[in-house]
Amino acid sequence: MKLSTKRKAVNFFALSMSLAAMAFGLFWLFWILWMVLDLGVGALKPTLFTEMTPPPGEAGGLKNAIAGSLIMVGLAMLIATPLATLAGIYLAEYGQRSWLGKVTRFVNDILLSAPSIVIGLFVYAIYVAKAGKFSGMSGALALALLAIPVMVRTTENMLALVPNSLREAAFALGAPKWRVILMVTLRSAKSGIVTGILLSVARISGETAPLLFTALSNQFWSTNLSEPMASLPATIFKFAMSPFADWQQLAWAGVFIITLGVLILNIIARVMFRSSPQR
Amino acid sequence: MPIESSAQALVPQISIRNLNFYYGKAQALKGINLDIYKGKVTAFIGPSGCGKSTLLRTINRMYDLYPGQHAEGELLIDGENILHGNVDTIALRARVGMVFQKPTPFPMSIYENIAFGVRMHEKLNRSAMDDRIEWALTKAALWNEVKDKLKQPGTSLSGGQQQRLCIARGVAVKPQVLLLDEPTSALDPISTGRIEELIHELKSEFTIAIVTHNMQQAARVSDFTAYMYLGELVEFGKTDDIFVKPKDKRTEDYITGRMG
Repeated sequence: MKLSTKRKAVNFFALSMSLAAMAFGLFWLFWILWMVLDLGVGALKPTLFTEMTPPPGEAGGLKNAIAGSLIMVGLAMLIATPLATLAGIYLAEYGQRSWLGKVTRFVNDILLSAPSIVIGLFVYAIYVAKAGKFSGMSGALALALLAIPVMVRTTENMLALVPNSLREAAFALGAPKWRVILMVTLRSAKSGIVTGILLSVARISGETAPLLFTALSNQFWSTNLSEPMASLPATIFKFAMSPFADWQQLAWAGVFIITLGVLILNIIARVMFRSSPQR
Repeated sequence: MPIESSAQALVPQISIRNLNFYYGKAQALKGINLDIYKGKVTAFIGPSGCGKSTLLRTINRMYDLYPGQHAEGELLIDGENILHGNVDTIALRARVGMVFQKPTPFPMSIYENIAFGVRMHEKLNRSAMDDRIEWALTKAALWNEVKDKLKQPGTSLSGGQQQRLCIARGVAVKPQVLLLDEPTSALDPISTGRIEELIHELKSEFTIAIVTHNMQQAARVSDFTAYMYLGELVEFGKTDDIFVKPKDKRTEDYITGRMG
């Protein structure tokens, strides 16, 4: 057999295998999406956004769950974003080689791979058990703890992508370090960092396990952060496991809302990252 | 055109005395002694790794950014040894500007790219800043091309325009010295020609030190040339002398292309 024929055969084989692997992965993904769409769209109705979660057998919506999710995710991001961005700046710009930087990076990597249920139990132990009750605040805290390591990592990575020549050019004009970071480095990495923030929102808005130990859930309307608070994932968990058909319907509607939200966030993040001027 | 008289007094702007430079333990510059004259263009040539860029980066203390790099000896600018630890590097870099090999526009508008450096050292009102930006862009021969799009991002310009923007940015701070580190190596011949013309224009107001891999460029733009090899200054003199009758065999080999 000629060498080129053999090469073509090997190439064909490798290409087919990778295509098959891709098709296998996409098959499940599309099946999931199809099922969510099929069962979710059927369960969609305007009252989802105007009525509270009902007792079994009665009509109702997901208003309190949606509001609770928005409140807790929003608060979690308010806590996590400044902390994580500053930590990422420290790691990328100040602590690359320092002892503190290395330890921080190591600990952050451990947190990054910590199961979310562990984070939930941790917040339960230090907050819920001490306060004596479940609360929306503890839920937001657990979600923040999940978001921080992801954002620290993306912020550091995005800043590390900024070419050193750009920093040097700013220093060569006599700029002090903090202004170089603020005006040049952060600006260059802006779209990447914002992308990281959006992806963290997407990640934590679907988390269930940490909320079960912290915010628990709430059948009624509540925006009080020191009371148990409803959330979409926890409501889905409860309703989907129930034997009641109308609860199961609502669970599918909730799944559809979360999936759509996460999908939209991902698309926005991708478009933003692509339109960045530096790439 | 009047021919420059050789009797014209040469005033050293920068005096380098017994300069040694180290990357960690590796010595990159060995006992450099050299004067860079006021209002003249001094070119640094030599094969890759000879230390010419290192020398340039010593003059504005760029090496401070990297722990482990340090310089010994004297580097006098107007009589002050800027290698001292207590020298204010921010003020030093206002006096010694630098343009790099690759154009590095900041992620902001053309206007802001130039205003960025000026704001570090001066408080100007809006109209004074406008004037300064027009002045700097004119000096860099870029004003006519960008005067109607100062609000556009600096990254929207072509490579050659970006490099002139970087020169305008350096000039706008009104330094005494401009360091050019292979400023045309990433540019096409036409852009290169424009930058070389610019260097001729700028030397009436600034002292210029340029590192270049291109010997024709050194011959075209510079008044003085320094040939460096393996961290040592092999030969330094008037560009005409270096290129026409080099004293050192190694210089001759390099400029005639037998080594490099």
